[in-house]
Amino acid sequence: MFDGVLQALLQGGLLGGYYAIIAAGLSLMVGVVRFINLAHGDMAVLGAMVTITLTEVGGVPVLWSIMIMLPAMALMGWVMHATLFQRAMRGGFLLPILVTIGLGAALQNGMFGLWGSNTRSLGASIGELSWASWILPGGIILGKLPVLIFVTAVVVIGALHLMLKKTKLGRAIRATASDPEAAEMCGVSSRQAHRAAAAIAVTLAALAGVFLAMRGQVTPYSGPAQLIFAFEAVVIGGIGSLGGTLIGGMVLGVSQSLGGLISPQGSLLAGHLVFVSVLIWRLSRDWARDHGGWRASLAISAIKLRRRLTGGAPAPDRAPSSKGAA
Amino acid sequence: MNRHHVIAGISAPDRRLMAAGGLIALGLFALPLFGSALVVDKLTLLMVYIILAVMWNLLAGYAGLVSVGQQAFIGLGGYFVLRLVESGMPPFLAIGLGGFLVLLAAWPLSWLVLRLKPAEFAVAMWVLAETIRSIVMFDPLVQGETGRSLVSLNAIDPDVRRTTIYLMAVVAVVVSLVLSHALLRGRLGGESQAIRDDEEAASSVGVSTLRVKRWIFLISAVGCAIAGTIWLASAITFQPRSAFGINWSIFMLFMVLVGGLGSYLGPVLGALLFFALQEVFGDFGAWYLAGIGVVAILFALFAPRGIMGLIIGKTGQEPLSMRKLLIMREG
Amino acid sequence: MMTRLIVENLTCRHGLLTAVRDVSFALRAGEVLCVIGANGAGKTTLMNAIAGTHRPVGGRIALDGVDVTAQPAFARVRSGIAMSPEGRRLFADMTVRENLLIAAENGRAGDWTLARVLQAFPQLRPLTDMPAGRLSGGQRQAAAIGRALLTNPVVLLLDEVSLGLSPAAVEGVYQSLAMIKEARTTTMVVVEQDLTRALGFADQVLCMAEGQTELQGMPGHLSREQITDAYFGIHDKELSDV
Ligand SMILES: Nc1ncnc2c1ncn2[C@@H]1O[C@H](COP(=O)(O)OP(=O)(O)OP(=O)(O)O)[C@@H](O)[C@H]1O
Ligand SMILES: [Mg+2]
Repeated sequence: MFDGVLQALLQGGLLGGYYAIIAAGLSLMVGVVRFINLAHGDMAVLGAMVTITLTEVGGVPVLWSIMIMLPAMALMGWVMHATLFQRAMRGGFLLPILVTIGLGAALQNGMFGLWGSNTRSLGASIGELSWASWILPGGIILGKLPVLIFVTAVVVIGALHLMLKKTKLGRAIRATASDPEAAEMCGVSSRQAHRAAAAIAVTLAALAGVFLAMRGQVTPYSGPAQLIFAFEAVVIGGIGSLGGTLIGGMVLGVSQSLGGLISPQGSLLAGHLVFVSVLIWRLSRDWARDHGGWRASLAISAIKLRRRLTGGAPAPDRAPSSKGAA
Repeated sequence: MNRHHVIAGISAPDRRLMAAGGLIALGLFALPLFGSALVVDKLTLLMVYIILAVMWNLLAGYAGLVSVGQQAFIGLGGYFVLRLVESGMPPFLAIGLGGFLVLLAAWPLSWLVLRLKPAEFAVAMWVLAETIRSIVMFDPLVQGETGRSLVSLNAIDPDVRRTTIYLMAVVAVVVSLVLSHALLRGRLGGESQAIRDDEEAASSVGVSTLRVKRWIFLISAVGCAIAGTIWLASAITFQPRSAFGINWSIFMLFMVLVGGLGSYLGPVLGALLFFALQEVFGDFGAWYLAGIGVVAILFALFAPRGIMGLIIGKTGQEPLSMRKLLIMREG
Repeated sequence: MMTRLIVENLTCRHGLLTAVRDVSFALRAGEVLCVIGANGAGKTTLMNAIAGTHRPVGGRIALDGVDVTAQPAFARVRSGIAMSPEGRRLFADMTVRENLLIAAENGRAGDWTLARVLQAFPQLRPLTDMPAGRLSGGQRQAAAIGRALLTNPVVLLLDEVSLGLSPAAVEGVYQSLAMIKEARTTTMVVVEQDLTRALGFADQVLCMAEGQTELQGMPGHLSREQITDAYFGIHDKELSDV
């Protein structure tokens, strides 16, 4: 039992690496461009499909396929932002949602039309990597592929962090995120910064898609689930923080694999429930903060509730003035 | 003589439209007398689409709440009906009660999601739909991905069943259209109009934006649930993957966007068009669905107010507008 | 000397409100224009239009004879127009150094370097690694001006130079500006509420009221009375009615 939990913890944490990669792209878009791309998961699947096709049909070695696919996807992200997203962003929060969900539908079904409904995998193309593992003391099994994915996640997120901190492009992206108009006043084209961010986000999604296909199978309709995992990881880790995204991904992975111990369906549900709990906790914390701290806000609620129950005369509706004084 | 402002009443062309609507409704009620089984089945589906479009438009067009997770309520409605029927309730009663149970489930959810930022609300609804699906899958009754049929419905004579479900669907459409008309013409409509025009200004004059949004959210949840139960009753089999599928949201969004977001008749137009497209191109399967996505993108980018927007652009006024106009009266 | 910046019949709107109406002026290299006017006169809107963050509905702006009216703000920075905006608009969660670096990297090449800016604004020297959001008002103003300078502009726009600063800080900022002015290479447009300061520093003054030019000219040729009248938007016609 104990070994099973330990194994699940380890596997879940490593799985978190995958979630962190796909979530990092989403987080970048949300934090910098203030744009949620609902087709983010479908980009991942597209990346996987392209890589699989290059490898299986084109006979290109896997590593080379990935090297060809990633820049192509980056270019696609750039173009997509320049043509679709940028225009959608002019219409407030509504149009981006409509446009990207439409894009998702077009991508999923287009991929279905092109590649059919068969599940596909890169597992067969990566040889022993797909099943090789280390055995740790105590019989704990450590798959080489999950470790590779996790290490990649840490490297990618570290590199992204350094890029944002230390390079000209990174500073321009951060400046645009903080105040696009002021960034323009410094000579930064906010559009270029947004397009660059979109290119990076799509690249990260596509990389995650490759790992997804190495670990298991993908279908043209796998995208929405990946978007949901990415969103959960971003929210759990806190929007706009890359380190948080890595932690969020690991928390999601661990809760899923612990949930999987309980029942096969428990895996997804556990992840969802952790997400919902974090959301509830965060919203109630904000609510309490807006009402003068936990104690004060609970006191107000108690008074209101009592008044409603007893139907008593409405007393002056005033919050205690000092924080937590009640 | 003194002058005062009054809210403009219903104009003559609008009255004619409403009368025509009433006649169409009567015709729809009479249809099972002469329509074939196929026609009745198809029209039931159309009714489901109309309800869904009207409900999504209430949310997005009037309360500014763009949800891609309304399938949560469609699926939940279906699941509740399945549960109730399996525990011995007569199917048609269960269909009514299903909507009420969804209301009970949606109320606590509204507390959570309505406090989110608009874009987060959209995705969070989707995650909630998935969460509810995972929970429902735990019920052994559902039999996992396989799903389960409403066996007791099969026991009813097919013609009676078909006609009853159809009539329920027509009633649901009429109720949702009349109810949303009454709501939008009433206080809630004025408030939501104020919020849509300027949320900050509206809340500064004492409109509780959260209350208005919660009402609309709950109404739309129940409406989607009822559409879901009717759909389940005609499709017979409850499969979690399709009942809670994201396709529902894509369809709703397509109908409302193409018909005309935030207009009263737009969603009905959109549902008709979507239904027609489905009939003509539905056989193309995935490519058809991809086309739906592309058309949605094009409308969002180039005609965000939909067909109704184009009509308004031509004629200068919206048929059956819910906007309140102040007009000057002398008397 | 050739004309550096030309603003011709510039008209700007915020929705239905016309915030700037038919404003024109021309400045040579190294010349300083002070824009004065009551709150809401349209000074900031005028500055934003020149910097490119507000799109005018009429008129044109030319830099060294090249029409830049259609250029977006970032392109104008690269052409040589930089602004320290109203409210400073520093990137709050980035350090002072990063704030300055962004301007240096994306602007033009020239004499202004990080080292030289820190020399001109010594108060920034100990603060370079602090997030800009934690600076005091005066330090922020110094950083914002430094940031604009680092793009190596030929036209420097400074909105609300002395707003919210202590007299000593204002003195400090103007000493630095005087140095820049002496070099006679950078043209400056300065919004200044302090009349004495404005008249002492400027080569030209432009007095706005309700979006329009009330008075324009060289400080030496204008009487104090003329300027105060213009400042409060008292027209000749109204005066004669009194
Ligand atoms: N973003 C905006 N939207 C609508 N109206 C605006 C906006 N910004 C400015 N205005 C209006 O335009 C007019 C000119 O404003 P502007 O900010 O240019 O004045 P100003 O001279 O800079 O004033 P101050 O001395 O207070 O800074 C004002 O009437 C103001 O209300
Ligand atoms: Mg101003």
